[in-house]
Amino acid sequence: MTAALARAWQGVRWYLKEFTGEARWDDYLAHCAEHGHTPVSRREFERRRADAAEASPMSRCC
Amino acid sequence: MAGTLTTTDGGGGSYPAGSGRSRPSIRTVAIWTAVALVGAVCWGVLAIARGETISALWLLFAALSSYAIAYRFYSRFITYKVLRADARRATPAERLQNGVDFDVTDRRVLFGHHFAAIAGAGPLVGPVLAAQMGYLPGTIWIVVGVIFAGAVQDLVVMFFSMRRNGKSLGQMIREEIGLVGGIAALIAVFAIMIIILAVLALIVVNALAESPWGVFSIALTIPIAIFMGIYLRVLRPGRVLEATGIGVALLLLAIVGGGWIQDTALGDTLTLSKEWLVLALVVYGFVASVLPVWLLLTPRDYLSTFMKIGVIVLLAVSLVVARPVIQADAVSDFAREGTGPVFAGSLFPFVFITIACGALSGFHALISSGTTPKMVAKEGQVRLIGYGGMLMESFVAISALIAAVVIDQGLYFAMNSPAGATGGTAESAAAFVQGLGFDTTAQSIAAASAAVQEETLVSRTGGAPALAVGLAQIFSQAFGGGGQAFWYHFAIMFEALFILTAVDAGTRVGRFMLQDTVGNVWKKFGDLSWRPGNIIASAVVVGLWGSVLYIGVTDPLGGVNQLFPLFGIANQLLAAIALALCTVLLIKHGKLRYAWVTGVPLVWDLVVTMTASYQKVFSDNPAIGYFAQRQRYADAQAAGEVLAPAQDQGQMDQVIFNSTLNGILQSFFALLVLVVVAHAAVVIARAVKANGLPTTEEPAVESKLVEPAGLFATPEEKRAMADRDRLVGAGAGRSEAEEK
Repeated sequence: MTAALARAWQGVRWYLKEFTGEARWDDYLAHCAEHGHTPVSRREFERRRADAAEASPMSRCC
Repeated sequence: MAGTLTTTDGGGGSYPAGSGRSRPSIRTVAIWTAVALVGAVCWGVLAIARGETISALWLLFAALSSYAIAYRFYSRFITYKVLRADARRATPAERLQNGVDFDVTDRRVLFGHHFAAIAGAGPLVGPVLAAQMGYLPGTIWIVVGVIFAGAVQDLVVMFFSMRRNGKSLGQMIREEIGLVGGIAALIAVFAIMIIILAVLALIVVNALAESPWGVFSIALTIPIAIFMGIYLRVLRPGRVLEATGIGVALLLLAIVGGGWIQDTALGDTLTLSKEWLVLALVVYGFVASVLPVWLLLTPRDYLSTFMKIGVIVLLAVSLVVARPVIQADAVSDFAREGTGPVFAGSLFPFVFITIACGALSGFHALISSGTTPKMVAKEGQVRLIGYGGMLMESFVAISALIAAVVIDQGLYFAMNSPAGATGGTAESAAAFVQGLGFDTTAQSIAAASAAVQEETLVSRTGGAPALAVGLAQIFSQAFGGGGQAFWYHFAIMFEALFILTAVDAGTRVGRFMLQDTVGNVWKKFGDLSWRPGNIIASAVVVGLWGSVLYIGVTDPLGGVNQLFPLFGIANQLLAAIALALCTVLLIKHGKLRYAWVTGVPLVWDLVVTMTASYQKVFSDNPAIGYFAQRQRYADAQAAGEVLAPAQDQGQMDQVIFNSTLNGILQSFFALLVLVVVAHAAVVIARAVKANGLPTTEEPAVESKLVEPAGLFATPEEKRAMADRDRLVGAGAGRSEAEEK
């Protein structure tokens, strides 16, 4: 029972992090570690991501 | 490398391996038989119940079981038999992965993103207005429409766009139908977007006018969003969940706070007329379009998305707990006579255009092409994301319809009829609805207004206030303890939040389109980072929808009554363009025998929209035809008379001007669509003769990605994924949840 709840909580957390894009930072760190790059600071990383969003229209329907 | 792969045109195997194409298990058969039985019983009850009150849950479960069956069988048929989605073929996300727009995304996450992008206030207000025809026409259209038209459109457009590296609808029309069709489609999309933005903003204005509580809580969403933006940029970069948690808490506080301030001096200051609200919205739309997105748009979008999903879940639970009883007739007299006060016209065609979003929404074709298809991991997933996402929106529409039909129907008509009809006071409104055949009294209208702590509910048109009253009733029934006023303003808040998100995002999209188009002749203007270009394009877009909004708000005949049909028809006309493209592509790909899949909804949609357009333009009934209405007021003016509800010659001028403008817009939209459809017909004729034509589909490339094709991984896919993860080693895979 507890194990099932913990798994469900993990699943929800995973989903929310993916959904909001928070997980992109973790992906980036993993990517850097894999290729031996030194990651930029989180502030820098998020700033670049936000600036990239500037040029995409982000459609929202009625 | 691509040699052994099937292309769209060729090829044998269609259904994915291991997905139960072989003999289904007894358990599967039992489950689907049960679902079908539930559906049959619910529809049966709806069909035979006459004159007695029935529970709204029959509507809900009739819809849910129909969706389940349609998803399981029809969407599967379209995905694998008609479109031949192929798991071995790499999607653009896999081939062109760049981490920015092309990005392999988990199907469930992408489903959430896509749903958040397509669902807004549309499915919430259309069904509320259509409830004047009774609950049955709206329900049938929402369910049947989504299964055979709306969800099909979203799915097929998404698939074809995916096969073309995520090209936009306009690009595909230009390349597959022709330049003239492409230009007509581009103009149609832009014009329709302006109308949609204006009508959405009109709904917000009608919900917030003279309501200090509403204005207070909505206005606070702006500083809350800016705070979140700064939090995410400066204080704790990237912690979206934290920031959203804080934002939602502040938002709820803002709703509660509205109740505290409404009787204070601040409340008086925030009691705004419709004209002031128009100005506020226009300024807001302009500023939001020019500001960097991280400061306002992105954080607002997080708030509105979480509110959206939260409220939908809350509503579904509350409906089951509260089990409200339907107050409306199955089919009202207005459906037969076409004399309803909410919007004029008979059941056919006007129910089918009043409910656009939730059944068939052309605007979705813009979202299903472009952004989403660039992120799909496996071809088969378009079934979940495109078809499934639209079913979910349809469910929202059914819930909204339920909220509108469980409130007292006299109150419903007092709220949704224009002020010219109700006279604006509880007494005159009661007299008006008694004339319609309801025994609602002035006292009960006043009591309903007092219960939600609004000055008045009379002629609060646009659907949002009526929906909020319905939701307040359902929520307070489900959770007990009253709190109607809180729930009412909660509902107003989340509707306004959706709409404002759509308005600011829509203004930006409109700005991009304008800059892109003008950029073809004036290069500098097309540069999105050029400030003056941004400012000019934003001002033009805001100015356009702002003027239509102002016209609607000041219309003596009621802006919603006059403009909502235009909005619905425009949205459905866009669907006609999208379905025409889908049909052309099916035939070009040599699938003439499956062309009915999009061809039948196309024909239906054309019949509906062209009948509606014809009536709005040529009907000699002034309540329906814009030009007949113009004539009636012009004649009266020439004779020196003033026709109610106009009160002076100035308002007579206004009615004449507005009717003319609406009539011209209506004809213009219909003509543009006819141009596109005529061009499509030519291409279809050529393609039929040649047994298919070459298209711009990208050649097949073998996929290396191991991902499930559907919502649930099949045993075979699970094994493949386990193998993949072993190969990758202990590395944190994207699909960690899969392994559980």
